[in-house]
Amino acid sequence: MTSQSDTPPAAGPHSEPAPALLPGATPEEVLSYARAFVAAIPHARALGFRLDEIGGGRAVVSMPWAARMVGDASRTGVHGSAIVALLDTCCGAAVVSHPAAGRVTATIDLRIDYLRPARSEQRLIARAELTHLTDKVAFLRAHVESEGAPGRPLATATGAFTVDGRRAASSNTGDFGALS
Amino acid sequence: MSIAGKVLSEAGTEALLTALREELPYLDVLGMRFETRGDELTAELPFDEKLIGNPFLPALHGGAIAAFAELTALTTLTLMRFAALPGTGGERPAGAPVLPAELHACLPRTIDFTMDYLRPGRPRAAWARARIIRAGRRYASVQTRAWQDRSDRPFVEARGRFLMPEI
Repeated sequence: MTSQSDTPPAAGPHSEPAPALLPGATPEEVLSYARAFVAAIPHARALGFRLDEIGGGRAVVSMPWAARMVGDASRTGVHGSAIVALLDTCCGAAVVSHPAAGRVTATIDLRIDYLRPARSEQRLIARAELTHLTDKVAFLRAHVESEGAPGRPLATATGAFTVDGRRAASSNTGDFGALS
Repeated sequence: MSIAGKVLSEAGTEALLTALREELPYLDVLGMRFETRGDELTAELPFDEKLIGNPFLPALHGGAIAAFAELTALTTLTLMRFAALPGTGGERPAGAPVLPAELHACLPRTIDFTMDYLRPGRPRAAWARARIIRAGRRYASVQTRAWQDRSDRPFVEARGRFLMPEI
């Protein structure tokens, strides 16, 4: 999703291991923890991403509509490039949310189909879900919609992300590695 | 830049890139810069901490890289179309701005875009060039390559299809 390496890094000299959540963490605590990680991603913070939902191989990440993201000054239309980062971050979050997927992930490939421009100044919401998981690769589908218009996605995407199979034994607590 | 014998003047190129920056403020969000040498356009993504995705490696954000590649392709196509318009060659006076209507006649829309991530994006500058595979009246197909330390070792390859504006 955000970084790429030939072998996904485990907790080691090249990545900071995330503290495991305490067993019995509530969903609110899980979300709060995951939100903090998304906020720690410099590019995600710069664009104002917010993690809204995460768990079980799904994630929702949203961003405020902002003038600087608008591609067409004559009408409200978000240029495609601005939502790619949103999709990429959302897919990565979906991968690490899966109990078997590992702590870190990186994008292998990502394809985006641009369906329609945004017609309003509503928040942009990306939704991603795993469609298939192997011990090395996670396959996902995702889309971006304007808040309030769920049936009219702005873009759809499919992606393949790396999977780090070496997961801490406490995988069932839902600990999240560096949401990179 | 030249196409079919028409030559795009420096003044024309500068005017187009200025208009493009106003139309696509995301270019400035990323801090992208362009350099043209004859008909070759190279885009640069200077390093900035805000482009980082994984702060522990550190590595550039995949979405930032994708936007960089897509905007490089769009700019390359826009320049190509612009060069084919009358009044973009040596007869264009220096400082004459490119009007929004002129820009809209040149700026394509992305239909789809695919990114292959080959290597980590390191925390330093990156460059990209787009190769127009085919540009017809309506559709264009572009491959974009981005590199950092070595141009023969790209860290990303991308392919996109674009809808050209009506002539």
